[in-house]
Amino acid sequence: MKTDSVLEKILTSGQLAVTSECGPPRGSDPEVIRKKGELLRGVVDAVNVTDNQTAMVRMSSLAACIHLRQMGLEPLLQMVTRDRNRLAMQADILGAYSHGVTNMLCLSGDHPKFGDHPMAANVHDIDSVQLIKMVRDMREEGTFAGGEEIKEPPKMFIGGAANPFADPFELRVARLAKKASAGVDFVQTQCIYNIPKFKKWMKGVCDRGLHEQVHVLAGITPMKSVGMARYMKNKVPGMDVPDDLVKRMGGVEKKKQAAEGIDIAVEMIQELKEVEGVAGFHIMAIEWERKVPEIVERAGLLPRPST
Amino acid sequence: MITAERKPLEEILQSVSSFDRILIVGCNECVTVCAAGGRKEVGLLASALNMSMLKAGRPVQLTEHTLERQCDPEYVDELAQLVTGADAILSMACGCGVQELARRYRDKPVLPALNTKFMGAAERPGVWAERCAGCGNCVLGVTGGICPIARCSKRLMNGPCGGSGNGKCEISDEVDCAWQLIWDRLKALGKTDLYEQNMDAKDWRPAGGGGPRRIVREDLTE
Repeated sequence: MKTDSVLEKILTSGQLAVTSECGPPRGSDPEVIRKKGELLRGVVDAVNVTDNQTAMVRMSSLAACIHLRQMGLEPLLQMVTRDRNRLAMQADILGAYSHGVTNMLCLSGDHPKFGDHPMAANVHDIDSVQLIKMVRDMREEGTFAGGEEIKEPPKMFIGGAANPFADPFELRVARLAKKASAGVDFVQTQCIYNIPKFKKWMKGVCDRGLHEQVHVLAGITPMKSVGMARYMKNKVPGMDVPDDLVKRMGGVEKKKQAAEGIDIAVEMIQELKEVEGVAGFHIMAIEWERKVPEIVERAGLLPRPST
Repeated sequence: MITAERKPLEEILQSVSSFDRILIVGCNECVTVCAAGGRKEVGLLASALNMSMLKAGRPVQLTEHTLERQCDPEYVDELAQLVTGADAILSMACGCGVQELARRYRDKPVLPALNTKFMGAAERPGVWAERCAGCGNCVLGVTGGICPIARCSKRLMNGPCGGSGNGKCEISDEVDCAWQLIWDRLKALGKTDLYEQNMDAKDWRPAGGGGPRRIVREDLTE
């Protein structure tokens, strides 16, 4: 084992892992994050905590991770390169590890244009691939990005994102290869709706043997309504929602659309379980965390392995 | 070239409102090419100011002059006499020209009439786009001649991010995805292997992170 991460243990054992996410509140009340975390206890192996998601100010991912850790949950610290330079990021990584946070997700982050501070400086001192490399070097070499030695290096299990649905499709496997060579241990993918396209990408990943270097967690987001399906299809950059899914959501009466969305999510997990190289699932039920236990159970992913 | 755009007339009027004799100084270099601060634009601004001031019942004395290069002490010296007869200088150069005037004529207010924008090139008549961020350590040799620092909205050195769609950046259909351009060009060159060589975290010191930058050429200094 490279780290003390529970997620690493499960993935290394070859069992399908399950992660989900908590968005911290736009305020300072810790109860919000505690309640969301409680809904996921015993249902997932690690809980992602987003970092100023959609470029909106929220409680810091680090602080929210500490709340979850204090509840005995396994947090996964998301970190974007948009808001801080390498000094600030390394400081937070040391701080997170000091609180028992052993999982990270290294991201570039949504552009400030999409958030509530479009006037803010867009830092990007380093990018997501370079962040992966930095965290890897902190762990494996015991050095800071500046080259000096770290006393008690933080040993993070390192994640990244992969979006097989963004353009150009033909370099999406190569981009994963870049993250693999930077030292990523696992990736969580963008929400999958176009399964044939995902399978095509996954085949490319397996053909290069990347699935043996990187655990790929398939991203699942249940749709609440046909409106959400349309919004994801038309408005969210890098999202690929096929027409037949929108039609299926629209084909049931409004009251039953949420249930239909859950059915679709469960069916997708069932189908993706059979795809070579899929090491688990990342269920992003945006402000719908209470539905995660049902999805995980109906997908046959309970009970979670005890570690 | 360095590109610039003229400030709104209202803002310029406000900035010169307390002066009676104004010297408007253009520059014959970049800002002439991007039609922001050359001889022609100096004339247009002078007419606009003149009309507005007359309308406001407050006529002013406006003098127009366009220098060969406003960021060059040799040319800036030419202005000495005109400056003596003015209460303020309104510069239509980039920020480099404004500062050179301020350095040379210490006791005279120098006001900018332009907003300096970026180092760029003409895309088509009337449209200029950013091309270079002046990072001090050029990577164009490995990125197919397209700069990810100046042209990727997240300045990703190892892009593209997950927001690239149909060749465009997620922030706007008007913005090309720099990494799509890089990929296409590397393909055309038969150099896609370069894509998988990860670019290391950048040293931003040559880009200005090490403080204000200078170039000293010993062979040219006196």
